[in-house]
Amino acid sequence: MDAAAIERALARMAHEIVEGNPEADAIVFVGLRTNGAPLAHRLATKVGEILGRELPTGELDITMHRDDLNLRETPPAVGLSDIPFDVTGKTVVLVDDVLFTGRSIRAAMDELSDFGRPKCIRLAVLVDRGHREFPIRPDYVGKNLPTSMTERVTVSLAEIADKDEVVIEK
Amino acid sequence: MKKTKFTWQRKDLLGIQELSADEIFHILDTAAAFKQVGERNIKKVPSLRGKTLINLFIEPSTRTRTSFELAATRLSADVVNITANASSLVKGETLKDTALNLQALHADIIVIRHGAAGAPHFLSKIVKASIINAGDGAHEHPTQALLDAFTIREKKGKIAGLNVTILGDILYSRVARSNIWLLTKLGAKVTLAGPSTLVPHVFEQLGCRVTHDMEEAIRDADVINLLRIQHERQRKTMFPSIGEYTAMFGLNKERFARTKPDAMIMHPGPINRGVEIDSDVADCSRSVILEQVTNGLAVRMAVLYLCSGGQPA
Amino acid sequence: MKPLLIQHGHVLDPANKIDGVRDLVIADGKIASGSAPKDADVLDAKGKFVVPGLIDMHVHLREPGRADKESITSGTLCAARGGFTSVVCMPNTSPAADNAGTIAFIKQRAEAAASVNVFPAGAITKELKGEELAPIGSLKRAGVVAITDDGHCVQNNDLMRRAVEYAKMFDLPVMDHCQDYNLSAEGVMNEGYWSVSLGLRGWPAAAEDIIVARNILIAEMADWWVHCQHLSSARSVALVREAKKRGVKITAEACPHHFTLTDESCKTYDTNFKMNPPLRTEADRQALLEGLADGTIDCIASDHAPHCNYEKEVEFDVAPFGIIGLETELALSLALVHKKVLTLQQLVEKFTVNPAKLLRLAKGTLTVGADADVTVIDLSREWTYDVTQSASKSRNSPFHGRELKGCATATIVGGKVVWQL
Repeated sequence: MDAAAIERALARMAHEIVEGNPEADAIVFVGLRTNGAPLAHRLATKVGEILGRELPTGELDITMHRDDLNLRETPPAVGLSDIPFDVTGKTVVLVDDVLFTGRSIRAAMDELSDFGRPKCIRLAVLVDRGHREFPIRPDYVGKNLPTSMTERVTVSLAEIADKDEVVIEK
Repeated sequence: MKKTKFTWQRKDLLGIQELSADEIFHILDTAAAFKQVGERNIKKVPSLRGKTLINLFIEPSTRTRTSFELAATRLSADVVNITANASSLVKGETLKDTALNLQALHADIIVIRHGAAGAPHFLSKIVKASIINAGDGAHEHPTQALLDAFTIREKKGKIAGLNVTILGDILYSRVARSNIWLLTKLGAKVTLAGPSTLVPHVFEQLGCRVTHDMEEAIRDADVINLLRIQHERQRKTMFPSIGEYTAMFGLNKERFARTKPDAMIMHPGPINRGVEIDSDVADCSRSVILEQVTNGLAVRMAVLYLCSGGQPA
Repeated sequence: MKPLLIQHGHVLDPANKIDGVRDLVIADGKIASGSAPKDADVLDAKGKFVVPGLIDMHVHLREPGRADKESITSGTLCAARGGFTSVVCMPNTSPAADNAGTIAFIKQRAEAAASVNVFPAGAITKELKGEELAPIGSLKRAGVVAITDDGHCVQNNDLMRRAVEYAKMFDLPVMDHCQDYNLSAEGVMNEGYWSVSLGLRGWPAAAEDIIVARNILIAEMADWWVHCQHLSSARSVALVREAKKRGVKITAEACPHHFTLTDESCKTYDTNFKMNPPLRTEADRQALLEGLADGTIDCIASDHAPHCNYEKEVEFDVAPFGIIGLETELALSLALVHKKVLTLQQLVEKFTVNPAKLLRLAKGTLTVGADADVTVIDLSREWTYDVTQSASKSRNSPFHGRELKGCATATIVGGKVVWQL
């Protein structure tokens, strides 16, 4: 995907989110660090344009809840989370760049429940590359990209890298 | 906050002296993330789930032990406290045998506080568990220096270039030594002050300025770290009385008034109100003594996570 | 006993000013003259030095009382392997060697089971407590060659003065482990940058200097011989040098670990670097080398101090002081010859004529008719010290794994080869 394709996908997803959640005043966005965070901000902005107001957006670092800590040689670096609002009773749209095994989303849901009790959690991902290991399914998908296990999907976003693009590397 | 590419490689935290500046910053950054956990409703993360931590406190301490215990339980580890004074160990089991027994119980982490300098190093050569130094004799108290540094960085935005004055019994203080190593490593300007018997000039070889003039020591300080002063048996030849110490070196209201308006007051605790610090000064807005305690918990969570959060040994 | 011919060696006998390649003949346990009898055993010493049997005047054999750490048998075997034919054993045994009975025991055990000559030192004070004089006359009759409270140090200057005056009557030199107890209280290493850095309690060199100064003044007052054991401090060396110039009857010894290592070695908290007196600074080490070179320090001794593994494998603060040293002593001392700090002759004097003279022993020479105590030395053999193979019952050495150059290849006591490489 190039920059234009990413923008179109996000725009479509924004409309789908509004359509699928009539109680629009209860929608909040939480992006998984690192790439999920700017995507969450972009989605929130687009949904906000449709609804005519600002939507609360937060960022979640899931390192402490990972299920592979014991298997790594060295502990991964932890980052700060930033959810400056209460999630209890809200429709939380979790946002990430690539949905793969589903383990990150499992960790994110566990961590999110430490912050409060959402009314429901919806999952929005820019790319679904398949190969789920957990029973997790996305509600809003930018693009389905079937891949093999050995391929790598790399998402660059202008906020962090120098341009927008999604690339598959063998 | 950008995630660093730096990876932590140590399984033990024995002291500050051997750490690089990068390693110290990595601990502080990690501590910032763990500080947030204490501010949530659910003050628990599963990062050390199933790990066993033993608090081996040969030299007693309720505060540090509680801090480590809380840090471990908030990381979902299991905690066992062993407190013994040195004499019962000397009468019975050696430290080596105690450590081997703990290894037989598959301890993952041993937090040790001991009256003998070098005891954590000794343990790290014998057992596979992660060894965390919670204070060894007069040698080091690394987590104290780290939480002090965290507090300074949080409040002042930086450490390099700051004037930090440490006051009191430097000669016998592990808190002083760990702070000296850390602050000089990170580029702060360290001044040590106290009676000449407790602050000998040999400390200049560690990169500090030494003075016995209390007023001069605190005049330009950005951070003033007060050490607890004791007049127990071993110190009786070092200075005549607590009264004389307080008169010469206590941070009383008059002296406090002559410090810089934004000078920050720190103390590792427990404070002797009316001795090294005036009671009102301890409670004033520039004192961060209680925040040090909160930060201590975050720093200890970070240290436990980093040293034992990877593959078991 | 068959006669022995030591052939083709470079004989170095400072007492008789002999320094050249020649044969040495031993018969009936004595140095003989003339050519070797036909039935003599032959020991080829080609390329090696043949010197009078080396004397170590400061070892702890631990018997009676702590035969678990070392015995007269195992300790003297270490001596033999180190190239030493005579040792002087210290009185801090259990019971202390402060009475004729314990001295008799030591001599008896040595007679039965020692590989080399054992000369006991007796105590200055009862139980080494520094309070009352030991029965020094009775100790002399029992056969001590000197008195010392080693391990301990008499703090009461008046008592030390009386001890020296009294010992003079019996022609007994007084040896002293120079340590002021108050200045050194609770210390575990040298006071300096390293003790501060490691958070260990240190004690200053002045604790030794003060007692060395006291000994010099007492030696002067009593006009008798006081020997300062194991000097470790630059100031001590300077004090002894100055006193000798004035003709005071003061002598001094140094141990290999003090002229080889410094207090920086303690930085790993390895208790094999913990001894008393402690390792000091590089400046102190250099002063010891100068003192050895200019003759201020008369003798080299090991202060061989065995301790069991479980005693040393503890926190630095609580570990006992001391290291073994008989087997590495010669090599560490030969390093001074290799580095041209001393000539080989000067080094040999410090192990032979000097201690013999001090202790009035008829040893340390290859004079015809003298006891046939001989050490054969290979100056250039390179080897690595493996403490696990030591003859000692203990393993507390800081030199395990160290590459060394030079060693004894044969040790002969009274004409008998007690050890050979």
